[in-house]
This record gives sequence, structure tokens and C-alpha cells, in this order.
Amino acid sequence: MADLPSNKRFLLEARGVSKAFLGARALADVRFGIYSGEVVALIGENGAGKSTLMKILAGVHQPDSGSLWLDGNSIILNGPEDAIRHGIVLIHQELNLAENLTIAENLVLGREPTWGGILGLVDRAATRVIAINALNRVGLVIDPNTRVGDLAPGQKQLVEIARALSLDARVLIMDEPTSSLSHQETERLTEVIGELRAKGVAIVYISHRLSEVSKVADRVISLRDGCNSGDLPREAITHDAMVRLMVGRDLTRLSRSSAKAGRVLLSVSGLRHQASPAGGISFEVRAGEVVGMAGLVGAGRTELAETLYGVRPMVAGKVTIRDNAFQPGSPAKAIKQGLLLVPEDRRHHGLILAESIRSNISLPNLKGISSAGWVSRQRENKMALHGIAELSIRTTGPEKAAGQLSGGNQQKVVLARWLAANPSVLMLDEPTRGVDVGAKSEIYDLIGKLVDQGLGVLMISSDLEEVLRLSDRVLVLHEHGLAGELSRDELSEEAVMRLATGTAPRRTTP
Amino acid sequence: MNRVLGVFAVVAIIYLGLMSSDPQARSPENHQNLERRIGEWGILTLGVGFVILTGGIDLSIGSVVCLSAVSFGLILENNGPPWLAFMGVLAMGSIIGLIHGFLITRLNLQPFIVTLCGLFIYRGFAQLLTQINFGTIGAALTTGWPENARLLRDSSRNIGLAHPENLAWLTTLQKGNFPLGEWTGIVWLDIPNPLILFIVLAIAAYIALECGAFGRRIHALGYNEQAARYAGIDTASHKIACYVICSTLAALGGILFLVKVPSAAPASAGNWYELYAITGAVLGGFSLRGGEGSILGLALGTAILPLLRSLVIFAGIPSDLEFMVIGVALLLGTVADELLRRGSMSGVRRAG
Repeated sequence: MADLPSNKRFLLEARGVSKAFLGARALADVRFGIYSGEVVALIGENGAGKSTLMKILAGVHQPDSGSLWLDGNSIILNGPEDAIRHGIVLIHQELNLAENLTIAENLVLGREPTWGGILGLVDRAATRVIAINALNRVGLVIDPNTRVGDLAPGQKQLVEIARALSLDARVLIMDEPTSSLSHQETERLTEVIGELRAKGVAIVYISHRLSEVSKVADRVISLRDGCNSGDLPREAITHDAMVRLMVGRDLTRLSRSSAKAGRVLLSVSGLRHQASPAGGISFEVRAGEVVGMAGLVGAGRTELAETLYGVRPMVAGKVTIRDNAFQPGSPAKAIKQGLLLVPEDRRHHGLILAESIRSNISLPNLKGISSAGWVSRQRENKMALHGIAELSIRTTGPEKAAGQLSGGNQQKVVLARWLAANPSVLMLDEPTRGVDVGAKSEIYDLIGKLVDQGLGVLMISSDLEEVLRLSDRVLVLHEHGLAGELSRDELSEEAVMRLATGTAPRRTTP
Repeated sequence: MNRVLGVFAVVAIIYLGLMSSDPQARSPENHQNLERRIGEWGILTLGVGFVILTGGIDLSIGSVVCLSAVSFGLILENNGPPWLAFMGVLAMGSIIGLIHGFLITRLNLQPFIVTLCGLFIYRGFAQLLTQINFGTIGAALTTGWPENARLLRDSSRNIGLAHPENLAWLTTLQKGNFPLGEWTGIVWLDIPNPLILFIVLAIAAYIALECGAFGRRIHALGYNEQAARYAGIDTASHKIACYVICSTLAALGGILFLVKVPSAAPASAGNWYELYAITGAVLGGFSLRGGEGSILGLALGTAILPLLRSLVIFAGIPSDLEFMVIGVALLLGTVADELLRRGSMSGVRRAG
């Protein structure tokens, strides 16, 4: 499939596509093409424009300029329904299945076979036939009357693909399809992709997992900062080549003066929440070190941080902060001890988007700047301006609504808020997700500065490059348990992935 | 601010329409009636404004007004001291709000359901209260159970205002005027005390919500409760406080109701008041999704319904059509607001 004749026409093509959101450029003059029966992997760092391009291909967004071509004909997609009519189907990262309905009901949703004329009664027998046929195409052997909510993540993914196929999809766009799948489920998905390719379906595959990409892709298209940054034909797909295209340079480790870890700031032993296995998790964070926390999506990293922060209940365990016993219970308690969380979901948990930068920074710090419940605007402005300057938040002023900032600047607002709150241990959950490259390196610099000042940082990240670059040591979680700990000398992508996927023997931590 | 100007424009237009409808409408008496009504409803609207800011709703306000009016009357009827009756009824309101808040935050029940149940329960309880023979109980406690005595009457009854002579201060608060007109010689400036009370409470609410840390937290949690929680705000107790404020103000409204009328029928006293209050807040720019709304807008929004009702009367529209006129006006206002909002989409979208 890699050696297709070069004069062969693309099945789906995007030419010169540009798109901006609120003035921020997301895509600039991007081209993309895929042949039928081909698997093209779209790679790029977070914020490189992958998801924007994919949403334009699927009709969710409309390009500001540029054109889409299907079978050599120019097409305009005014919405996802247009794209589906043309046989272009997007499978979202967060699966869009109605969990309360059965597999069969989901598969025919919106186009149920009916009988009884005007009564429009659902033809259950016909539904079942459609469902069984669709499930056969993805090799999922299961009763179609099973509720989708009862399925494993991998099975849901296959149901979603089956639905796309039953819509006569010619182009299937998969956004991080394996992010919540187990190893076996991933293998199964790879097989299904191979079968679909043989049947002539074009597959756009978006993934952060480069090892997977090199397994399934016939061609790689890389984006960086909203522009094409190069393609790789089948034979040139290697891990290093992909990283070079995505990052634009060979990665060097952050040359932070090998930090001298100081006293223990946070000590956790036997911590368990509702989903934890027996025994729980134990670790320490010392002053002046960055402890990375890696693991697959669903390994329980966010849950762990949220339990410490008091957002979800702790079932068992002992926590001390600076040698004082601490009982997690509410964010307010954690904040009082200087244990702070920059949450993964900035838009829902981190910020009040409609409110100003000023009120977002002051929100947890109101007590310090008010007397008798009356907020001093002067002190509040000072706090906000200080945060804006210290983190170089790019804004017209402190009154700008947080929702109008770019992802990177939003993240800086969350960080500025906590720097004003006298932090001791900072827990960062995916600190650079959706953050552009420039802001990313600023955030890295800040993290370095903070640990130099004696803070402890616990950094959860799915971006392995980031984990490898910043961490002094790395804790790897697997299925809510600690799979192992890697010192700086032992750190490598392979070592982390081995622990994260549960293929390495469990190690006990000292 | 644009929104407040919009509400102001609406109020001005209705007011001008009212003034041109009939010479009677321009009289000082009509103005005083309007001002008194705005003050009375404004107190309730203010309370529900707090709840709406948190993203909640309180449907029980009318029933709390009724229960408070009946309780206040009953205490006085049974020779309770007025100050005790006053404080007791306010305390009852606070407890009701506390219960609402607990059910909503601790048991995670929906505000709509909790306060809908309240709507039924408090009115029913008020009816029950008016059927109790307190005299029988008193006698039973002192001399034993009287023969043929019954604890409950056959039917509920209206509760009047006993011993009004002991209530001079309350009567003044409800029926008196702030004698600015008397002092200046301009009769228009005699402002009914309920409006003064509303203005004082509104200023207090303004300070709490716009200048205080409390208000910041309420706005934050109303707009995005999760983010507020992650920022370390005790969202539950802040929400409970808002329900307490709402029900306490409704209890105050109930006392003023009885002093004014001065008779409370348990089946009808305070009917529809929760909807008037919610309408006032929504017309004033409060979003039922929470987090949005200013006290100035609320004060203006409160004026719309009384003005519209007065307009219906003076413009000679059959009073049977009153509700329809109000409904159509509310719908038009909402549609216009939505269209204006779309015109000036700022791109800031609500998360979740």
C-alpha cells in the first residue's frame, strides 16, 4: 500500500486548509491526503493542530480557507451529518455511545428500521440482523442486546467502529483509539484495522503512541504548530524520525542542575481510594525534586492526585505533609497545607472561564486580601498583576476573561493562582495538555525554578518526552497500583512503557 | 452592564406606556402603590436571586410566605409577644432554608424537587395549623382534657392580625412612608417603607455579592461548581447560606403580607409569589444556569411585573388577560435578550 502509483487520486484530500479560533492560529495552509485502503497516521505534539484538522475533515469545523476534495470533487461539509453522508466518519476519543441503550440500539440510532407505516414501530428483528452483521465486520462476538454501559472500553471502541462501518464509511478517522484500551484490545483493534484496509477503507489514525503508529501506519503525516512538518513513507517510519518531525529538533534532556532533593515534604503510605487494589500506594515527594508520574490513561494517576487533594474519598492510607499528619478531606484542607493541584481538566476544574484573570487568580486567595469579608480591590489587582508578570501571561490586562486566553495562558493563570497561595507541594496533572509549544517551554522553566526554590512537584503526564525531560524520578502506575519507580539513570521510554503496560515484573519501592 | 441598561430601557418603556395610559396612573397614590408592591416583591426576589446565582431554584417561596403569615398571626392570636412572633417566624424561615440547603448539598437532591416538595408541604402545614384548637391544648395542659373538645377544627380558616395596636412599628414598616416628601414639600418623595426596606437590603446584598469574598465565591460556584471546589471553596456551606437567606427573606415577606392585608387565607396567601420572584430575577438578568446576575439588574427587573400589572389595569385590558400579557411580555423579553446575546457573542463559552 505504500507503493501506490503516484498518479493515483487521493480518496480524501485537504488543500491549503487554514483555521483560527478567536484569532489564535490553529492551522495554517495545511495539506493532507489519503488513498483508499491506506492507513495514515497523523502525529504531532499537543496543540499541533491534529484535532482541528481531523474535525475539519469530519465536518465539525469549517476551514477559514482551503478546500476539501473527495474522489477528485470539491466538497463542502457544513456539519458532521454532511461528512457522514459522504462516508467520512469520526470516532471520538470520548466515545459517543448512549450507554443506557443496547449495542443493537446504538448501531441503528437515528435510522431505526421500522414497520407499521406511520406508527414507526421499531423492527426489532431487522435491528438485530443489522447489528449482528455490523458486529461481524469488526469480529466482536457478543449478544447485540447487551447494554453498552456494561461493555469493556475496548468493546465499546469496536462497537463505535462497527457503527461507523454500518454507515458505509469510506474514511474512518480514529482519534486516540487505544488511549483506554488494554494490550489485548489494542492488538485486536490493530487486526481489525488491517482487515478494513484490505477492504479498501481509508483510515486516519491519530495517536500519541509512536510504537503503535509504526505498527499500523502506511504513511505518517506530521503537524507542528499548525503547519505540515513533514511526511514519512512506510519504510522511513521510525521512532526517532517521528519525534524529530513532531518536535523539530532532537530532544535533549533538561539540563537542570541535578537537583539535590531536600527534606520530605509529602509522604504517602498505603493510600487507597475506591478503585485501588489492596495495599494501596506509597511514595514520597522531597523538596527540590520533580517526581514524574506516568502510566496509561486509566491507570489511576488523576484519581490518586484527586484523593490527596480531597476531591474523592480516601479509603485507607497515611499521609504526612512536612512531618505533620494530614487527613485528606477537602481541597480547602489541602490548600491550607500548601498541597495544591493544577487539575487535568482546565476548563471544567481549573478555571471559571467567564470570569477575569484577576478573579481567577484571587479565588482561592481571597482570605489573604480581604478584611471582614470585604475584598480589597487594590491588593487583588496587585496579586493579579504580579502573577501576570511573573508567568508572562499574554493578555491585554487583568480584566480579560480567562476563557478568551489561549490554552497555555489559561494554564499559566491556574499556576499563578497557586503561586500566590504559598505552595509547598504542587501536583500538576497533565500540565501542558493543550498548551502551545512556546508556553510549554515556559512552563517547564517555571517548574525548574520552583523546585530550585525548594518546592516539591508531583507531575502527572501522558507525554513521555515531558516526563523524561523533567523528572528526577518517575513513579509508574498500572491499574491503580504502583508498577515501579525509575531513577533518573534508569529512565527511558521503554522502561516506563514496560511498567505502564504491566509487562515488567512489579518492583517494590524502598 | 449592557444588560442592566437593557432592563432599564424596558422598565422605562413600560413606565412611559403606563403614564400615558390614564391620568389616574400618574397620581401619587398609584406611584405609592407601585413602589410598595415593588418593595414587597423585591424582598422575595432578592432572596431567590441568591439561590439562582448558585444555579439553584426555590419554588417554595409562596408557601413560606403563607406559612409565615399564618404562624405570625397565630402567635399573636394566642397572645404571644410581637417581637417573639417576629423573631420566631424569621427563625422558622432560616430553618426551612437550612433544610433545603442540607437536602440539596448533602443528599445531592435537585433544588427543583426539594423546593417543589416544600411548596406543597408548607402550604399544607399552614392549613393544618389554622385547624388546630390551641385553646383546647392550653386547657388540656392546665385543667385536663375538656369534654367533647376536639384538637382539630373541621376546616381551615383565615388568620387575621390580632392586637394590631401592639404592632405600631411593624405597621409603620409596612404601611408608612419615608417622609422625605413631608420634609421637602414634594409629595412624590414620600417613599413607602417597604421600598426603603428593599433598597436597604439590596444595598447589603450588593455589598456582599459584589464587594465581598462571599459574593465572589457564590459567583464562582454558580458558574462552575467543580472549578470552585478545586479552588478550595466550601461550596456546600455557601450554597446552604443562600437557601437560608432566601427562605428567611420569604418569612419576612410573609409577616409583611399579614400586616398589610391583614388576613391570610392558607389556601391562597402568597400564591404565585415564587414565580413573581423568579420572574423578577430572570428579567433582571439572572441566568437560571447560575453565576450571572447583578443586584442593580434585579432591582430593575423586580419593577417590571408590578408596572405591567398596573398597565394592564389602566390601559383597559380585561384583567382576565393579565397573565397572558405578562407571559407574552416575558417571552418577548427573553427572546430579545437571546438575540442580542447572539449578536454580541464574545466567544467565551460556558464549560460543562
